[in-house]
Amino acid sequence: MSDRHYYQSLTRVMVAWMTAVALAPLLACALVLGHQFHTAYRAKVVAQLEELVLKHRQQVSAFLRESVAELRVLAEIAPFADFTDDRALAGLLATMQHEHGGVFVDLGLVDAAGALVSYAGPFRLGRADYAEAPWFLAAKKGDVTVSDVFLGLRGLPHFVVAVRVSRDGRDYFVRATIDFAAFNRLVENIGQGATGQAFILSARGELQTTPRRARGLDAASLRANIWGEPGVAAVAAEDKPLVFSREDPETGRLMLYVASVFKGGEWALVYQQDEADAFPSLYRARMLAIAIVALGGCVILAASWILARRMVSRVAAADAERDALNDQVIEAGKLASVGELAAGIAHEINNPVAIMMEEAGWVADILSDDDHGSPDNMGEMRRALDQIRLQGSRCKEITHKLLSFARKTDDRIKELDLNELVAEMAELSTKRARYVNVRVETDLGQGLPHVAGSPSELQQLVLNLVNNALDAMERNGGTLTITTRLAGDRVELRVTDTGHGMQKAVAARIFEPFFTTKAVGKGTGLGLSICYGIVKKLGGEISVESAPQQGATFRISLPAAGRPAAVARPGQP
Amino acid sequence: MSEPIPLRVLLVDDEQGFVEVLAKRLRRRGLTVAVALSGAEGLRLLRENDFDAAVCDLKMVDMDGIEVLKVFTKMVPAMPVVMLTGHGSEEAAKDGLAAGAADYLLKPCDIDELLAKLVEAVDKAKAAPASPSA
Repeated sequence: MSDRHYYQSLTRVMVAWMTAVALAPLLACALVLGHQFHTAYRAKVVAQLEELVLKHRQQVSAFLRESVAELRVLAEIAPFADFTDDRALAGLLATMQHEHGGVFVDLGLVDAAGALVSYAGPFRLGRADYAEAPWFLAAKKGDVTVSDVFLGLRGLPHFVVAVRVSRDGRDYFVRATIDFAAFNRLVENIGQGATGQAFILSARGELQTTPRRARGLDAASLRANIWGEPGVAAVAAEDKPLVFSREDPETGRLMLYVASVFKGGEWALVYQQDEADAFPSLYRARMLAIAIVALGGCVILAASWILARRMVSRVAAADAERDALNDQVIEAGKLASVGELAAGIAHEINNPVAIMMEEAGWVADILSDDDHGSPDNMGEMRRALDQIRLQGSRCKEITHKLLSFARKTDDRIKELDLNELVAEMAELSTKRARYVNVRVETDLGQGLPHVAGSPSELQQLVLNLVNNALDAMERNGGTLTITTRLAGDRVELRVTDTGHGMQKAVAARIFEPFFTTKAVGKGTGLGLSICYGIVKKLGGEISVESAPQQGATFRISLPAAGRPAAVARPGQP
Repeated sequence: MSEPIPLRVLLVDDEQGFVEVLAKRLRRRGLTVAVALSGAEGLRLLRENDFDAAVCDLKMVDMDGIEVLKVFTKMVPAMPVVMLTGHGSEEAAKDGLAAGAADYLLKPCDIDELLAKLVEAVDKAKAAPASPSA
């Protein structure tokens, strides 16, 4: 049955709508509130991190400044002769280390040509030549230099602080190497959560400190993020930390970066943390929201499914009730049309009965004569008896027709020949048609395929249409034409009258139950709606074409079933 | 057989088999009977001859019995008309009475009953010359 499909799809549509309607506000709430929370919370966390980065940047800057200041003071107050002598230099270094907890690793004097004049410290550098060293090239340009971290001659990461001193019109540079480990400790311990870490990056994209987790750290592209592409003006400003997120190419996780430049834009202190770790509450809230929405969705889905099921079963029950009612209405309508038919039949049967009674009376009259044995009388009596027999058989035919029609509705679908049925119905209606001066013509298509339907319902259909046509022509008579044709793969039945026709407005409502144009008490208004129901049930179409005073044509097309009928009947009943 | 009844009666009915036997039986009882097989023929016969009474079928193919009756009462107001009607058409018979029929009978009818009604109608018509009903 397609009924099951219909109810299933109805259930589906209901569930879809209910779920959508219930879920929409839930989702909207989750999204909007989530977004608000996300924005606010993120801003707060980022602000904290900015503070952290700025504070540490200041510490690092201060450390560098102090180192430079130390060296400057030393260069200015210590006699120059101490710088040129290794042993005196070692004394100075020891003092510095004592004061500064071993930040200065060594001390040296370099002349303007880059040659190491004297040296104090743990490394055996001999007379190193710094003429081409980057720090030296930089130092020649200014008074004070803090170099980037490099491996240098000794193969250990370190950086150089150099101060220019002038003596006898020649420039010398006092250089000290800063202990990398001590410097590293300044930033190494910054960090929150499991993944937070800080490091210093130079404008050339080189790490100045060792991050705890260097894996997947793409210093070159980070450089681009902070300082822009080479040749482009610096993106980062000294006072405002730069905040950005980017995907870690190694793990595919989203990382949060807070960077702040210092040392005249040469270095940047960069703080890096996994987003999920940086915003734990955010991720918790997100998970919670997703869980709530998912759970709510499940509950809504279940509830709407149960509700829809319940409603649809109600609908199905109502439909079943309606169908039962329809059957009853059809049955009632059938009775009504049978009643109409019966009136015609009563007339039809009445005549032969009246004739029989008169003939019998006539025979009795003759028998009451004395000379009833005369040949004339005998002949007359024989004629009368023949007539009685003839009229009796007429009665028999009529009663059989009526009985075949008035049987209880036979709902079983059979394949039947529409032409045969139309001929039968036309014959049944001929008498009534005669009285209202209507000629009944049938024009039956040859070799029509059978149609599938219940015989009694199809009889009912044709009879209702014929009765309506006769009603329409009651006043002035006319012609009723019943046509059957093959139209494509369907069988078409047309019932055409030449009666009073109807307005468009009437034609539009004509298949509605209880709609009637007949006088009160004449029509039930069910005939055509029953026709409509029967036709729809058989998967057919019914339509009417009519205009006032132009008669009407009812057109019914039914799906063909099975083989064509072997022999079509002759046209006239 | 009872004594003959000398009445001139017009029978109007389109059922030939019925009307002919009825005519024979009425003639046997001494009536003078003219048979018309349609309303139109009945009108023609009435125009050409005088009748004491008419018997008219209510349902005919060419013309409604009520119409025939109306024309008859217009043509000869004094002539009583007895209507014959099938079962289930008592409504129509009452319409007939309203339209000026003297009486009505249900088909199939008993001949003696028909005769009695005819005689009664004719007697009534003679006693009170019919004023045309409005």
